[in-house]
Amino acid sequence: MRLTVDHVTRYRYDAPARSVVQSHRLTPSAFAGQKVLDWEVTVEGGTRGARHRDGAGDVVQGWTVAGPVTEVIVRVRGTVETQDLAGVLRGHRETVAPDCYLRETLPTRIDVALADLAGSATGPDRLSLAHALSAAVSDAIAYRPGVTHAHTTAAEALALGEGVCQDHAHALIVCARHRGIPARYVSGYLFATEDGTPHEAAHAWAELFVPGLDWVGFDPANRCCPDARYIRLGSGFDAQDAAPIRGIARGGAGEDMDVTVAVQQSVQ
Amino acid sequence: MTQFNEMYQGVDVRQPYARLKDWVGHMPQELRSLKQAEAEALFRRIGITFAVYGEGGDPDRLIPFDMFPRVFSGSEWAKLERGIKQRARALNAFLVDVYGRGEIIRAGRIPARLVYQNEAYEKAVAGFVPPKGVYSHIVGVDIVRTGPDDFYVLEDNCRTPSGVSYMLESREIMMRMFPDLFRENRIEPVDTYSEKLRRTLSSVAPGKCKGEPTVVILTPGHFNSAYYEHSLLADLMGVELVEGQDLFVDGEYVYMRTTEGPQRVDVIYRRIDDAYLDPLCFRPDSMLGIPGLMDVYRSGGVSICSAPGAGVADDKAVYTYVPDMVRFYLGEEPILKNVPTWQCGREDDLKHVLSNLPDLVVKEVHGSGGYGMLVGPKATKEEIDRFRLKLAEDPGNYIAQPTLALSTVPTFVDEGVAPRHVDLRPYCLVGERIELVPGGLTRVALKEGSLVVNSSQGGGVKDTWVLAE
Repeated sequence: MRLTVDHVTRYRYDAPARSVVQSHRLTPSAFAGQKVLDWEVTVEGGTRGARHRDGAGDVVQGWTVAGPVTEVIVRVRGTVETQDLAGVLRGHRETVAPDCYLRETLPTRIDVALADLAGSATGPDRLSLAHALSAAVSDAIAYRPGVTHAHTTAAEALALGEGVCQDHAHALIVCARHRGIPARYVSGYLFATEDGTPHEAAHAWAELFVPGLDWVGFDPANRCCPDARYIRLGSGFDAQDAAPIRGIARGGAGEDMDVTVAVQQSVQ
Repeated sequence: MTQFNEMYQGVDVRQPYARLKDWVGHMPQELRSLKQAEAEALFRRIGITFAVYGEGGDPDRLIPFDMFPRVFSGSEWAKLERGIKQRARALNAFLVDVYGRGEIIRAGRIPARLVYQNEAYEKAVAGFVPPKGVYSHIVGVDIVRTGPDDFYVLEDNCRTPSGVSYMLESREIMMRMFPDLFRENRIEPVDTYSEKLRRTLSSVAPGKCKGEPTVVILTPGHFNSAYYEHSLLADLMGVELVEGQDLFVDGEYVYMRTTEGPQRVDVIYRRIDDAYLDPLCFRPDSMLGIPGLMDVYRSGGVSICSAPGAGVADDKAVYTYVPDMVRFYLGEEPILKNVPTWQCGREDDLKHVLSNLPDLVVKEVHGSGGYGMLVGPKATKEEIDRFRLKLAEDPGNYIAQPTLALSTVPTFVDEGVAPRHVDLRPYCLVGERIELVPGGLTRVALKEGSLVVNSSQGGGVKDTWVLAE
């Protein structure tokens, strides 16, 4: 599938910032399931900074914007040729040991309810167990935007029984780790086919480590494994660690953010 | 438990201390009090009052200085030096390995969990090899002695070991107060430390740096208990002492604000923890760090000393495996011994620990500064019972070691001179080469019989001499 992305993030500052520094994970991952045809990230008025590929295989690009800054516009545009690999992250180069992703972070802390949920899933092997865990999370947390926020923890989302893709991914990560399966948060884009609504076009899911296959994606929010509709950007312990854009403004006040994402299928 | 007295063997005086016998014998009480007061005044004047890293306590409290030096012969030191350098090499090889292919884990020599699930393991630097393959540029190795030839390593400090200013100032003050002693004894100098540190830091400048590297010391600020040390080292090395707000990232480099405009920085000797280095990579609420620093670091635009992630090598649970690291990476037998250590997270070990608590020292894996530890032989029954509960609750959080008969060195006390227990922290510098100044920080437990040398628990410091052969 050939997907085009147009993703604009606009930050506005009521009082001008002295400077803005950002760190981006906005480059599609290099693996067998996706091929970048063209891709460009621009920051208006910004200086392109250091770039490196980190141990998890993500391209990390720094940006700085000299002040006074009243507005920063990050624009991502590009086309990716994707392929359905049933969630398997084949041919992805990385050096981080999978065991690293057994570690707990603040939003992925276990509690009794999450442990119970994790314990409810069964499967004869790790892959089946991973599918069962993902299904259990889908059943336990209904998709409903607006009830959770950026800092909601997995435990809080499960207690609410509602949330968005970030909450689903966090909950699955906690459950998997509890069962001894290394798990991580993945951020990317999703092409929504039927209804065409752009909701969750900026998407997130989880990857679980299955010996023999290595990393396999699971999207409990959509009860499936990532396929040709998905574009993978980067990973981390949790949403914050995997954030496509991390930034900080020196000085400045009253930051206001506005995001628009459009993912479309392009005609070849 | 027989304790090794480093000066006296019965009535005989051991060779390195030979000349100190007359010195102390001929010192009248009044002179001693006078000198002690003078030393204290000097320490107070230079403002060196901080507590050794992580010990907490009152940061403005003066750490007692004891004028009676601790002395090593040249040959004793030569062995220590070989052992310390060997350890520093192995620890760095371990760090490069665990952020690379993890051969030591694949070989089954150290459990994966201890490394990869360790809080000090930084995923953000996996796959990165810092310049010259060095993660820990200043390795502080805490050593205790139990006999003429018996030295044990208590712990390693691979991040930013502090206390070196005490080594430098203790020497300076001793030389000022007792110049004759330094004429009569051939004592190796320690004041070359700052020059060697500077050379070490410059030697690990990133590849992108052309010409003489610009080195800075990054301090959390003057509220930090070791601020004096940061400013002393900056002065001695002739480099800038900066706080996070003095540095900024622009494009591919880090710059320092100066009156003449921005100046590019090549090497940052940081005295702040990993978590605070860069809010874009670690703690987002850090006000101490430099946003974007890690992106510059990872792309080879700046060097950070010690390298982020170095802390995984000095974890108390990882410590147990350092002798294995020496064998695995260097193919050598360890020169310095580890203290036998029981991992309470292991069932058999825990059983042994629980049935021998009154004889053991129990420490928290991540603890420091002598807090939260149990010294079995000195503990009351209640304290032991309390630890029994703690161990049952979270055994993996504790290690236990036998109580060692720490050596003693004569120390000035109210009644005259009496033996007191000591330890030693030398500072090994690792860059293009490995260097060690002959000396270190000797900490002394001033309370009679006490084995806890931490300044927060009534410890003091001594000048440490290494005699030229």
